[in-house]
Amino acid sequence: MSTILALKNVTKQFGGLTAVGDMCFDVKKDSISGLIGPNGAGKTTIFNLITGIYNVTEGEILFEGNRVDGLQPYQIADTGITRTFQNIRLFKKLTTYENILTACHYNTDYSILDAVIRNKKFRTGEKKLHQQVQELLEIMELTDRKDAVASNLPYGLQRRLEIARALALKPKLLLLDEPAAGMNPDETIRLMNLIKEVRDRFNLTVLVIEHHMDLIMGICDKIVVLNFGKKLAEGTTQEIQSNSKVIEAYLGEEDVIC
Amino acid sequence: MGWYYIQGILILSGIYLMAVLGLSLLTGFTGLFSFGHAGFMAVGAYTTAAMTIKFNVPFILALLIGGLAAALVSLVIGKLTLNLKGDYFCIATLGFGEAIRLILDNVQYFGGARGWPGIPLKTGLMNVIIFNVIAVVILVNLIKSRHGRNLQAIREEEMASQIIGINVFKYKMISLAISAAYAGIAGGMLAHYTGFLQPKMFQLIKSTELTIMVIFGGLGSISGSIIGAIVLTSLPEVLRAFDRWRLVVYGASVIFIMITRPQGLMGGYEITITNIKKLISRITSLGKKKHTIGGDN
Repeated sequence: MSTILALKNVTKQFGGLTAVGDMCFDVKKDSISGLIGPNGAGKTTIFNLITGIYNVTEGEILFEGNRVDGLQPYQIADTGITRTFQNIRLFKKLTTYENILTACHYNTDYSILDAVIRNKKFRTGEKKLHQQVQELLEIMELTDRKDAVASNLPYGLQRRLEIARALALKPKLLLLDEPAAGMNPDETIRLMNLIKEVRDRFNLTVLVIEHHMDLIMGICDKIVVLNFGKKLAEGTTQEIQSNSKVIEAYLGEEDVIC
Repeated sequence: MGWYYIQGILILSGIYLMAVLGLSLLTGFTGLFSFGHAGFMAVGAYTTAAMTIKFNVPFILALLIGGLAAALVSLVIGKLTLNLKGDYFCIATLGFGEAIRLILDNVQYFGGARGWPGIPLKTGLMNVIIFNVIAVVILVNLIKSRHGRNLQAIREEEMASQIIGINVFKYKMISLAISAAYAGIAGGMLAHYTGFLQPKMFQLIKSTELTIMVIFGGLGSISGSIIGAIVLTSLPEVLRAFDRWRLVVYGASVIFIMITRPQGLMGGYEITITNIKKLISRITSLGKKKHTIGGDN
């Protein structure tokens, strides 16, 4: 398997505080990788660096061999990286359908003039988008909620919608920031299956931040453990589970594992 | 009230409607507040008037040139300020509006502060209506396309829009430019309706009035903006009988709407045939529902 994303000596400093220091890790194509660590370890900062919301202070981020650090977030989305947010960021006043439809905008290219005069290019383009939205709604089991305003959806469905919106871009790499936060064990298991299914269906590579160890251990091929902005350990689920440093820093006593 | 008087109010409403439509795109659909749209109207008004008087350009072409000039000016403002976060854009437009007025006060070529009389009267009820219909159609078509959806996405959640690949800066510029072009055309129509231009006509209060009209009608609703423009332009005229108190009543009625309907008259809804049908079916089903108990709606 080839490497799709590589972080090379990435450092991010906020003033005097080093949020992420000298970070190196690779993500293999078509894998599901986990990023874990205690609160404040720098997990979300890494996501923000990859997606261009923050600029790296030092180091390189390579996506499919090309440098993506220094690009604007929308340009990074162009290359095929997208994400979800820890605190859900949907287009709150728009419906489920409109949320996904907006994100589909990539898959057609009519101009403003085409839209104003409603020519054939516009009509075929829109038709294509609406078909794509229908497909995504079915895959993500949101069809019956398609006219619901996003902010009125139950929490679990909002997370699901955010993933659906990300998938509308047809990304190559999907970053999930605590997708199971606030979900009960049942929903978490369903989410696990969904992530796997989506990965296979869309040929995705997934990088996921999560505190639910069930989910992380259940789906990840590889796990990177962070603590205080540094990489603590890296390896398969078995390796991480038996790593004494990780147990000490993050998992604590065995009965804390939930 | 003679027909001439009513016609005058309608034309004035139509002119402001044009500017409000543009502002609606910027404020209602993109979420950017501007307090400098009177400035864009001024740019459009003076450019259009200069075109028809000094260069003998046909009225319609002059209007389009006026709109274009306003759009170009707005692009310069946008380039400098749209990258800023928060309210800086709003403050910059406020400064711009005042600056334009003061510049015009001192440009003797356009008559300076004394004003510029003798502009040919070319704006009539007919062409105002035609322009507004075209403007509404363009705006609706734009909003109901991927470009319009991108603008709304930016209004809702800027960071998430970037993540799904929307070039936020570019779309804000587009929105601002179109909005300014509308204001410019409105200014041109105003110039050729009153026949006289004076920088004082484009004070800050005009910009606020336009913003009030958009908010009054409801952010993110074109039909709301239309109602807002027509109601709030004609209201001071209807209230003429109150003499000195009319502006008090005007202000009170705006406050009343803001308190009772903070989302504006239309509150983001549009008047369309399907929506009217939905409303009627909801009213009729409401009548039937009274006989049944339960249901979570």
